[in-house]
Amino acid sequence: MIILTSLVSGIMILAGLVFFLGGSIGMIRLPDFYSRLHSAGMLDTMGLMLTMGGMALYIIHDLTLNNVLSALKIILIVVFIFITSPTATHAIVDAGIRAGMKPWRKRGSEAGK
Amino acid sequence: MKTKLKKAAFVTTFSITFLILFLFWCIFSGKFDAFHLSLGVISCLLICWATSSDLLIVPPQISRLVRLWSGFVIYIPWLIWQIILANIHVLVLVLSPDMDKRINPKIIKFKSRIKDTVGLVTFANSITLTPGTITVALNMYGDMVIHAIDDESAAALPGDMEKKVAKLFGE
Repeated sequence: MIILTSLVSGIMILAGLVFFLGGSIGMIRLPDFYSRLHSAGMLDTMGLMLTMGGMALYIIHDLTLNNVLSALKIILIVVFIFITSPTATHAIVDAGIRAGMKPWRKRGSEAGK
Repeated sequence: MKTKLKKAAFVTTFSITFLILFLFWCIFSGKFDAFHLSLGVISCLLICWATSSDLLIVPPQISRLVRLWSGFVIYIPWLIWQIILANIHVLVLVLSPDMDKRINPKIIKFKSRIKDTVGLVTFANSITLTPGTITVALNMYGDMVIHAIDDESAAALPGDMEKKVAKLFGE
């Protein structure tokens, strides 16, 4: 049982790290402020979900009350990030628009919004 | 507000808020001896006494709230699945060597048919949570401005998600 949970949680944490890495690479590669937020805000949420899920799974491999409580707390972290992350991303985009920053457009695509 | 309420409604909201708060106290404290539990009861009672009429539950809508939360139980797994799919899409996009050809950042505008303000916020947050699309602006009449990273993400809106959120809020 412990081998199975360790294996599954290890895979989940590794997959989460891939998403974090993708988010960081996207931050460098994408062309402008707004499109960088896609990778900064969203891939991180997914990476957090996977790594935290892996940890919660690992911690309940022996079912004592304390371990279950710790797993519940980890899940609550994910829940709160899920509510606050899009709100924060929206606030940053809104600040950019209010400051008058124009989104980057691909050359040759139709002009304007 | 408290004075206007019927007594029964007040007792219901008070006890539900108390139970939710106390459950969270138990999870966060993790100690189940008499001292810590009584501290929890006292602080939860204090908070309920001060704010229970509008902290978690707005009293006139209890039946609506039950329907809403049962709807969320169905909606959230679907949303998580959509988030996973869209995340993989953006991950592939970001890591692909010909990223410059595949992305096409654009701003799209549309009018949502959702009327409920909480529904609109849920819809906007769902859009932002799904990678590839960010809600830029939203007003209470349902005019939405979305920043999308490529054509595929832009084409998916408003689509299924709006239907599900509208159904959730009974429209």
